[in-house]
Amino acid sequence: MPLLELREITKVFPGVLANDKVSMTLNAGEIVAFLGENGAGKSTLMNVVYGLLSPDSGEILIDGKVERIRNPRQAIDLGIGMVHQHFMLVEPLTVTENIVLGREPVRYGQVIDFASARKTVVELSERYGLKVDPDARIMDLSVGTQQRVEILKALYQGARILILDEPTAVLTPQEVRELFGVVRSLVDEGLAVALITHKLEEVLAVADRVLVMRDGRLVGETRPAETDQAGLARMMVGRDVVLRIERTPGTPGDVVLSVDDLVVDDDRRLPAVKGVSLQVRAGEIVALAGIDGNGQREVVEAITGLRRPKAGSITLRGVDITHAPPRRTIEAGVSHVPEDRHRRGLVLEFDIAENMVLGDHRKAPYAYAGVISTNAVADIARKRVADFDVRTPSIHVLAGALSGGNQQKVVVARELGRDPELLIAAQPTRGLDVGAIEFVHEQILAARDRGKAVLLVSLELEEVLSIADRILIIYEGRIVHEVPAEEATDEMLGYYMTGGGGTKLSAAAEKGAS
Amino acid sequence: MAPRPEVVEQRDWTGIAIKALSPIVSVLLAVLISSVIIAVFGKDPIAAFSALIRGSFGSMNYIGETFLSAVPLMFTGLAVAYGFRTGLFNIGAEGQLFMGGLAGAYLGVLLGGMSVFIALPLIIVAGALAGAAWAFIPAILKAKVGAHEVITTMMFGYIARYIVSWLVTGPLKAPGAIPQTSLIGPGAVLPRIVAVFPGLALGRAHMGLFIAAGCAVLMWFILKYTTTGYESRAVGFNPLAAENGGVSIASTTVKALCISGALAGLGGVVEVLGVQGRIFDTFSSGFGFTGIAVALLAKNNPIAVIPAAILFGALSAGSSLMQLEADVPIKVISIIQALIIFFVATEPFVSKWIQRRRKEVTAHAE
Repeated sequence: MPLLELREITKVFPGVLANDKVSMTLNAGEIVAFLGENGAGKSTLMNVVYGLLSPDSGEILIDGKVERIRNPRQAIDLGIGMVHQHFMLVEPLTVTENIVLGREPVRYGQVIDFASARKTVVELSERYGLKVDPDARIMDLSVGTQQRVEILKALYQGARILILDEPTAVLTPQEVRELFGVVRSLVDEGLAVALITHKLEEVLAVADRVLVMRDGRLVGETRPAETDQAGLARMMVGRDVVLRIERTPGTPGDVVLSVDDLVVDDDRRLPAVKGVSLQVRAGEIVALAGIDGNGQREVVEAITGLRRPKAGSITLRGVDITHAPPRRTIEAGVSHVPEDRHRRGLVLEFDIAENMVLGDHRKAPYAYAGVISTNAVADIARKRVADFDVRTPSIHVLAGALSGGNQQKVVVARELGRDPELLIAAQPTRGLDVGAIEFVHEQILAARDRGKAVLLVSLELEEVLSIADRILIIYEGRIVHEVPAEEATDEMLGYYMTGGGGTKLSAAAEKGAS
Repeated sequence: MAPRPEVVEQRDWTGIAIKALSPIVSVLLAVLISSVIIAVFGKDPIAAFSALIRGSFGSMNYIGETFLSAVPLMFTGLAVAYGFRTGLFNIGAEGQLFMGGLAGAYLGVLLGGMSVFIALPLIIVAGALAGAAWAFIPAILKAKVGAHEVITTMMFGYIARYIVSWLVTGPLKAPGAIPQTSLIGPGAVLPRIVAVFPGLALGRAHMGLFIAAGCAVLMWFILKYTTTGYESRAVGFNPLAAENGGVSIASTTVKALCISGALAGLGGVVEVLGVQGRIFDTFSSGFGFTGIAVALLAKNNPIAVIPAAILFGALSAGSSLMQLEADVPIKVISIIQALIIFFVATEPFVSKWIQRRRKEVTAHAE
């Protein structure tokens, strides 16, 4: 008997059929991957199972018994655990406190028994190989460790079915490998794991069975042994997809961006960038690769004027922009696709047209003497929507109403449409599906071929390797290694990204800066 | 010119209707509940509301009184709304209004002998500047050191009131026993509507009504069609994205609070020039604070501020007839105002309720 069975689950949102009669089973001891593009309905389906959404029709069976799951509390009681993409942890509390939160062991009626809570946590963590310090505060932990805490929390609550929503989106390659090891040991202990993802290589690496979703329907089921990346991509998108972009090497021209001995503090006023020097030439893509939180954000914010550098200099085509505010860096020719489109990229309450001119909104023809020309704004918005294939019924749709992929296209369309000297693309494909990733990569390459300088900041080695011409590896605020893309490998990048090269400025990086 | 591709403007009319409907439903719910309260006290709610309506719209004279009460609320409502659109809570409109009123009272005496065509515009602009200047200090504090505007504008409100209090009892006190400034000169008097348009016998209502309505239209234009308004809204919705787009959060904040202060200052100067002719301690019956309610009811839409202010104006203008005829104390008006604010604040629930009703109705229709 399957642990979990779904029968013809249908979920309708206004105007969207999110799940269309989806039936599936999940057995103890197996990892089932749900593969699909953004908006295919994977997360909706799992949210239905976890009681966050109620289905419009269909049945959920746990251990062969029909259950109505009205809220996550009931789901947890039925042995379902879910680790969301955005963690739901209380940052100032410790690991143990977070894990037992809501189900604290109690003594004398009201007093929380921390000793026994801690013991349980240690036991669980040893049993499943989830290494974590039970007394550490969440805010001091890396993203990968926080995820382990989330998994431990689900196990503590007695999960037999574990749903992981895009668990690898925030992890380094090493952390991904560790996570998959943990997941394997969980199913060996008799759990069932549902893994939501849109990353093909992960599916092939870890899943026992793959369910492919498209437009709310289950369009296929396969096993990793029976298929390959191209096959999965075809099922997922419904057409052939270029997985590795064909490209010619870049033809670097004059130096566009020159950063010298840059020192920048982070929000806590601790040094985050400790003397970074780099150059980006016209017609090349330079990748700044590294694990999240090694100073990439601060480098980008310093160049774009969003953060004041403490020391060093930044010049764009010979013009000093070290202390220029964002308005001047934009005017100087810097475009910035920010790492988080919701946080810095878009005004979600603005419509597409208004978002399309953010940054250009003072310039003719969009504004004359402080009065905006709505016609000119609408014209350029329509042009950019068409050029960058933003799927929308109208340019007056609010940005917040678009799918993630289309939102990112709006940001890319705006930043590239401005025809900048330098494009800084921070995680330009974060959270996008294969079709949209392909598109964004093509646009960045096309910009390079038009002679633009591109600084790509990415946590995804796949991305770095597939479009960059030159790779700089940043670790703890310093560039520790530089390598031409054709000589780079996963293993080598991973080695330097985790500090394998030491923290001293390597000779190669110095050479690249000169 | 090449023909522009046809764009289907997909306006969500039902959404807009619900948006407009929910403040109206809020007002009706407030009326309903206050009726119950009036009935509990043994009075006749129907008589009370009929007196309230007649006392505010029953004759040209009463309508004039309603407009008279509504004008300062339009200005403060616009002031608060502009702040909100930029993500700022200007809780100190009252203080900026006092400063505008003070400028009006002082200059009204000083320049009151001049021609009305010179003195009046000059003094009105000065009132706006006084309000803007009073908002400028909290604005700079917010922009430079991040001092929260809710605290600073409120405290500056107290300072403004006590400065006025001191001036009217001391340096600017008119001869006589009452602590107030001298009456402004004839060149500074904002004429009544009836004096300009003899056909509109709107009692004491003055030309400030048109200035306020003009400001509402101007603010709508600024928000929708100028870079200033665009940047204000961008900062109000998502300051980080605005900053990334080259918008300075600091200067937008300063600009917006000054515009907000100028609008409140206009409310003060217009009240002095059009109604009181002087300033004194209690010249504002909390216009700055009622303005917050007006802005909320209007959902920060400048055009909607006009009817919202008229509603609050009607409540205060009609209350005396209500007390006279139905023997219902004026304080009940405060209850109604509070209930309106309460229901506007719980608007998400109200609009959900409307939608559910709609669904039920359509379900029945099918």
